[in-house]
This record gives sequence, C-alpha cells and structure tokens, in this order.
Amino acid sequence: MSEVLLEVSDLHVAYGQVEAVRGVSLAVPSGKIATVIGPNGAGKTTLLSAVMGLLPASGRVRFAGENITGRDTEALVRMGMSLVPEKRELFADMTVLENLELGGFSRRRAGESRAALSNTMEEVFALFPRLKERLPQLAGTLSGGERQMLAVGRALIGKPRLLLLDEPSLGLAPLITRDILATISRLRATGLSVLLVEQNARAALQTADYGYVLETGELSLEGPADDLLHDERVIATYLGKR
Amino acid sequence: MDVSIAALLTQDGLTNGAIYCLIALALVLVFAVTRVIFVPQGEFVAFTVLTLAAFEQKQLPGTVWLSLALGVAAASADIVAHRREPGRMLRAIAGSAVPCLLSALLVWGVFATGAGWAFQVIATVVAVMAMGPAVYRVAFQPIATAPVLTLLIVSVAVHFVLTGLGLLFFGAEGARISPFTTVSFTFGSINVSGQSLLVYAFTAGLVIAMAVFFKVTLFGKALRATAANRTGARLVGVSPNFAGRLCFTLAAAIGAASGLLIGPITTVYYDSGFLVGLKGFVGAIVGGLASYPIAAAGAIFVGLVEAFSSFWASAYKEVIVFTLILPVLLWRSFNTTHHEEE
Repeated sequence: MSEVLLEVSDLHVAYGQVEAVRGVSLAVPSGKIATVIGPNGAGKTTLLSAVMGLLPASGRVRFAGENITGRDTEALVRMGMSLVPEKRELFADMTVLENLELGGFSRRRAGESRAALSNTMEEVFALFPRLKERLPQLAGTLSGGERQMLAVGRALIGKPRLLLLDEPSLGLAPLITRDILATISRLRATGLSVLLVEQNARAALQTADYGYVLETGELSLEGPADDLLHDERVIATYLGKR
Repeated sequence: MDVSIAALLTQDGLTNGAIYCLIALALVLVFAVTRVIFVPQGEFVAFTVLTLAAFEQKQLPGTVWLSLALGVAAASADIVAHRREPGRMLRAIAGSAVPCLLSALLVWGVFATGAGWAFQVIATVVAVMAMGPAVYRVAFQPIATAPVLTLLIVSVAVHFVLTGLGLLFFGAEGARISPFTTVSFTFGSINVSGQSLLVYAFTAGLVIAMAVFFKVTLFGKALRATAANRTGARLVGVSPNFAGRLCFTLAAAIGAASGLLIGPITTVYYDSGFLVGLKGFVGAIVGGLASYPIAAAGAIFVGLVEAFSSFWASAYKEVIVFTLILPVLLWRSFNTTHHEEE
C-alpha cells in the first residue's frame, strides 16, 4: 500500500446557504492517479477549488502528512500541489514561453536556478512538443488543445508532487483528450500523483488507479478504477453500452 | 504668440507632461494589478519634495515621524491578522513594516550625521518607497477582493489621511528644492534649461527601465500575470499580497522620482500632491487605466494643454485640463464593451 499523499476528510463547501460539497472524504496515494467522476453540477470543480485553497471550506485536508486546511493557494503551490483548472486560467496576453516561465515562479523564489527551470522546461517539451513550436505565440491565440497542453505544462514546470486536474477533456477533440490522458498516465511512472476530475467517466477510469463517484455533493461510490468500470451502477449511469 | 513663446510653452508643457506621465504610469500599474484607483499617488511626490527640502534647510524631516507612524500601523495590522501564527506574522512584518521603520532610522541618521546631498536624496527616495507597501498593508490588503468602488472610497480616505499626516509632520509651509543643474542651452532663439532636459532624460530612462522590468524580470512578469489573471497568478504561486506590495513599492518609487523632478520647478505644499496626481490621472484615463503607452502620451498631452491654456486663459487653466476628461470618457463609452465586475 503506497503512502497517502493527499487525504481529504469530511470536507464541506458552501456557497452562501447552499452546500455544494457535503462531507467528502478521499485519498490520493503517492504515485497513483485517483479520479472523481460525476454529472455536471455534482460539485467536482468546487471540491478541487476547495482542496487548492481557492474556496473556503470546513473539514480537514492533509498533504504529505501536514494539515493544510485553510492554507493559501500560493503556500500549497510552494509545498508541491498544482491545479490545472477547468478554465485553464492562462495569461492570454503573454507568450507561451512567459506562461511556462511563470509556472516556475515559486521555484525561482525558492532560489532554484534558471538552468534547473530550463531542464524542467525541456522535460515538458518532450511531453508536449507542440509547445516548443509555439513559444513566441500569445497564449490567447492557441487552439483549445494547445491551451490545455500549456496549462498542464505550466503546472508541471513547478515540479509538483500532486497534480489536480479539472476536466482536462472539456472542449477538446477525443484524440487530443486521449493524448493528454496518456501523457498523464506516463507522468505517474515518474512518481507524480494525480487527482483527476473528469466528466468523461470511461476515459477517467481507464486512466486512474482508484475512482470516486460524486453525486449532488456527496460520494456515492468508490473503489479501484477497474472495479468501477465494471460496476453495473456506473455502467448504467455514466458509461452506457459500449 | 511668436515662435519663441510657443517654444517656451512647449518646453514647459513637455516638462510637466513628463512628470504627469510618470504618475499616470504608476496609476495604471496600481490599477491593473490591484484594481485600486490610487488617489494618493501625488502624496508620494509631495512628501519627497518636503523631505529633501527639510534636509536642505538643515531641519529634521517630518518623514521620520511619518514613516514611524506608517510602520507601526502596518506592524499592528500584521500582528492582529497573524496573531496565531508567529512565523507568518514576522514574515509579514518584515515585508511591510520593517522597511518603513528602517527608513525612518536612515532619514534620522542622514540628518544627524549631516551627510551630503547624495545621501539625502537616497534617504528621501528610500523613505518614500518604503511607504508604498505600508500603505498597501494598512489600507488595501484587508479589502483586496472588495469591489472597485469600495477600493476607490478607501483610496480617497487614504488621501485625506496622508494629507493630514503631511500637514502634521511637515507643516503648512511650502518648499522647493535646489535644481539639479543650472545649465541652460540656446538653440537659435530658443533657450532650453538643463533641468528640463534632465526631466526628459530621467523620464525616458524610467519608462525604459519599467518596460525592461515588465518584459524581462520574473517579478515584472508576475505583476503582468496578476494584472491579466489573478486566479492564474495564484495558481503559479504569485500571492496577491506580494503583487500588491510590489506594485505599491514601485508606485511610491515613481512618486519619489516625480518629486525629485518637480521639486526644483514648483513650490510644493503638504497638499500639492492631489492636483499633480489628478493631472496624471487624466492621462491615465486617456489610456483607459490599462494601456501604458497611451496613458503616457495622454499625460504629456495634458502637460502641453496646461502650458498653452496658462498662456491664453490662465484663470481657466485647471478647468481646461480637467475638461479634457469629458470627451475622452464619452469616446470610451462608445468604444468600450461593458464587462460585469467579477
């Protein structure tokens, strides 16, 4: 059993009177991919935003054994967590290169050299060669797939231990989605842990080691991803017939 | 009006316009990064002149007490905010209050030792620069996510507080500082003062330095990133508080530079900053509080309009300058898409 890197216990998130996430508990082991699937409006994005410190929440979140509940997003980035949000949140008026350089902001502030950052950037180019061709281009002019590559690449430049991915397939062609998920699978081999939130349940479960099903803010099902892929309830609600 | 008068007015207009240009750039920077329309920008200009003038008159600058007051206020805010996390509290105090308190010591030290002009200038600039992050910490950091209107109201309040502190610590007397040079050059029938050339060169240098800072350095890119996408910036580890402190430090530094340039040209009182800042603001509005080059051009245009209107209709000089804002706002209202505030 791998060491648990991220542990969320009894997390509650509310928008005013409306509770969007209710008592969610989940874990992401080191070097594994956990996925949260569920329908639109189930609270998946809210869950990731709260874990990443972008939304206030109650409950307990631990990362690498340390209680990080209520910590600032910036502090979590420094600790080794990185979120690729659904909206990508790129710097549209800045070039691809500048976006990638900013991905290493925390590392540079921590005293790491420009050369160390360049090495990581080459690793990112190996995963997404397209980015290298687009370096001087403004991020706002990239295609949807390239933007997603840039968002993931920017997150990877920070050398995170845990990558939180919110709907990486949103708005992308199936082939590009497959490429991006395949890349994430390859990253697992480097020791990176991933919490993947995805509406495309089949692709998510095929990529992940462990899965959670979130419905109307609560976990309704969990188990090894392979088991969920063959679970009748999951097939009936999220996968349909092949 | 003959050519020599027109040349004289143009020189005057460009000189003042260059100073308004710096203020406009600072206003655009602060607004882009923090959404604060920084009304008290002119106060940094006035405090710089009054500090250096006090040094020249062999008096202890009121800046010592002003910096102490701001430093204590910033430290108190951090102590209250982080009372349960001593480590974080100390880091926060080091970023906002300590520079102010150390700069008070520096100003006092320069006065007490009778150090020369260069040290007086350095101490003045350092002290005014250190006020930037302290003002941000006390007034704006606690309400950083508030709507623009709230930030504007607080900005006006900060202006009144700083003007009041200026009166308390510097007194009601106006002051002027010695020109950096008394050299003048004659081109045909046109006489150009060395001070004006210095203003142009210094402004151009500062504009280029800012462009390089934003284009090349990591911190410059971090500020641009925060201005472009606050959430994106947080996700790469750029704290909004850090960005706020950094841009207020830069704004204060630009204010100090403007003070050094305007000090030998105009008599400055504790409340003179408002009018100077407002003229920079007109320039910034021309640029829609978003475009640095248009804001700079707008501010230089404001300087020229001011110079020529002081010749043709001196009693209405300010009226003409501030009326400039109306056609600009009208034009912008037709050409700008309205976005709901987040």
